[in-house]
Amino acid sequence: MAENNKAQERVLMKGNEVLAEAAMRAGCRFFFGYPITPQTELAAYMAKKLPLIGGTFLQAESEIAAINMVYGAAAAGARVMTSSSSPGVSLKGEGVSYMAGADCPGVIVNVERGGPGLGGIQPSQSDYFQATRALGHGDFYMPVLAPSTVQEMADLIYDAFDLADEYRTPTMILADGMIGQMMEPVLLPPERDPESLPAKPWATSGHKGERSHNVINSLYLSPEKLEQTNFERFERYAEIQEKHQRQELMECDDAEIVVVAFGAASRVARTAVREARAKGIKCGLLRPITLWPFPTKAIDQVIAGGASKFLSVELNMGQMVQDVKLAVNGRASVDFFGRTGGVLPTPEEVLAAIETVAAGEKVQQSAEPGAVGSLLPHQQHRKSAYERGE
Amino acid sequence: MAEEFNHELLCVLSGFGGQGLLFAGKVMANCGLIDGRQVSWMPSYGPEMRGGTANCSVSLSDDAIGTPFITKPTALIAMNQPSVEKFAASVQPGGTVVVDTTLAMNGTDGVELADDVTVIAFKATELAEEEGLKGLANIICLGKLWAQTHFCTREVAEAAIAKCVPPKRQHLLEPNLRAFALGADA
Repeated sequence: MAENNKAQERVLMKGNEVLAEAAMRAGCRFFFGYPITPQTELAAYMAKKLPLIGGTFLQAESEIAAINMVYGAAAAGARVMTSSSSPGVSLKGEGVSYMAGADCPGVIVNVERGGPGLGGIQPSQSDYFQATRALGHGDFYMPVLAPSTVQEMADLIYDAFDLADEYRTPTMILADGMIGQMMEPVLLPPERDPESLPAKPWATSGHKGERSHNVINSLYLSPEKLEQTNFERFERYAEIQEKHQRQELMECDDAEIVVVAFGAASRVARTAVREARAKGIKCGLLRPITLWPFPTKAIDQVIAGGASKFLSVELNMGQMVQDVKLAVNGRASVDFFGRTGGVLPTPEEVLAAIETVAAGEKVQQSAEPGAVGSLLPHQQHRKSAYERGE
Repeated sequence: MAEEFNHELLCVLSGFGGQGLLFAGKVMANCGLIDGRQVSWMPSYGPEMRGGTANCSVSLSDDAIGTPFITKPTALIAMNQPSVEKFAASVQPGGTVVVDTTLAMNGTDGVELADDVTVIAFKATELAEEEGLKGLANIICLGKLWAQTHFCTREVAEAAIAKCVPPKRQHLLEPNLRAFALGADA
C-alpha cells in the first residue's frame, strides 16, 4: 500500500535537526556558527554529520566571525549556511549586508527567542522587522521563509538554497523556538550532489588561466555606479516579489474575518480558527510562508472573496501587522493580538480576540496580561519589582 | 484484537527531570508515526529541563495539529506533585489522569477535576523497584494510560518501544516491554 509506505518513510525528528539534515541534502557542505539556545541542536547535528560527507563544520569564535566565513565560502561558490538565535543574528547583520552588497548567496537561519537584548530563550517572533526590513545597513532585502511545521523546516531550507543561488542573495529561514525544539514526522527531501548544482561562473573559485579573474566586492566609491548596482538588485527583488510569494489559505473562501499568522503563532491560530468555525464565525487563516516577499496577492484575493476584517496574530508587540496594513491599504479593518517575551498565546486567547473582532470591537492589548482569554497558572504574569512598587 | 481506536490524544507528560517523561512521550509519538497519523512532540526546554520539572506535550491526531503546546489535554501522566497541581485541573471531561503516588503522595486530592475524568493513581516508582525495573516507572505509567485510552494497538506500542530503545542499549528492550506489560495488564 502506497499510503503505508509513505508512513514508513516518515521519520520523527526535531525541527532544528531537520534544518541541518535537509540543508545537507540540498547540497550544503559548509557550516559556520556559534552555539545559542534554542538552535544549538542544528549546529550539533552538523558537527556530527557534515564531516562524514566531506563537508566542513567550524565553530567560529563569534557570530561575526561565522557570518564572514559564510561570506567567504559563498564568494568562492560554495553552498553555505549559518544559524543562530535572535541576539546572535543581530551580530551577523553587518556580514549579511556585505553579502547582499556583493551578491553572495547563502542561508541564514534564525530560530527566534524573546528579546530585546539577551531576552529569554522561549519562542518569539520579535525579529520580524529585523528579518524583513533591516538585518543590516543599506538598501537591500532578502527572501525570508517562515516554516510552521517540522516538515516545512525541511522543505523551506531546501528551497532557500535554490532561491539564494538563483538570485544571488542571502536568504533567511525565520523559525522560532517552538518549531526548532518540537519533533514531528518528516519526509526528508532527496539528496543532491553538490557537483550537480548549476555552475557559478561569477565565483572566485580560481580562473585556472581559462578566464579573467572574478572580483567579489561591496565597495563602490562612485555614487552613480553604486546606484546602478542597487537598481539592478532591485530589479531582481521585483522579480522575486512577482514570482515567489507563498502562503497557505485555510477556510478563507467565505471568510469575513481573516487571521494572518505565521510560524508558531499560526499553529495556535489554526486551533483557534477551527474553534471559531465551530462557533459559526466565518473565519479563515492566511499563513504567510514568505515574509519577504509578503504575500500581498493573497491579501488581495481574500478581500476580493469578501473578507472585511483582518486580525494579525504574532509573538511580538505587532510587527507583521504593518505589512498587513500596507497590503490591505484601507480596504478592510486590521487589528492585532500578540504575546511577547516568549509567552505563547493560548488558542482560547486567540479565539477571544477573533470573537472581539467579529463583534466589531477593538482587540485590547491589555497591560494586564490574561485579560483576554484564560491562562494556565504557569503562564500567568508575575509582577515585576517595578510593578510591585519595590 | 479489536480495540476502539482513539481519534485524538492530547497528552501532557510531566515530572522531575530524569524520570523519563520525555522518553515516554517519544514512545507515544512513535506510536502515531508508525500508525501514519499526525504527531507532535513538544518538550519544555530551558532551565526546567536542567533538573526542575520536565514536561512534554504529545498530540496524536488524524487532522493537522494546531498548537503543539497542549492547554486542554485529554490525558495526563504526572509523576510528581507539582505536575498534578499544574496540569490535572486542565484535563478535559472524559479524560484520563495517571498519577505516580510514590512521589505525588497526595494524588489528585484538592484538585478540582473536570467531569468524568478517570484517575489512575498508583505507586509506579515503588512498583518498578519491586519488580526489578528501576527507572522504568515512566513506561509502567505509559502502559496504564494505554490500557485506559488505547491510543494505538498493542503491537504498535511495542514496536514503538523497540524503536526508541537505542541500538547500543538493546539489553534495556526487554525490561521496557515488561514495564509496559506491567502497566497495561495489571
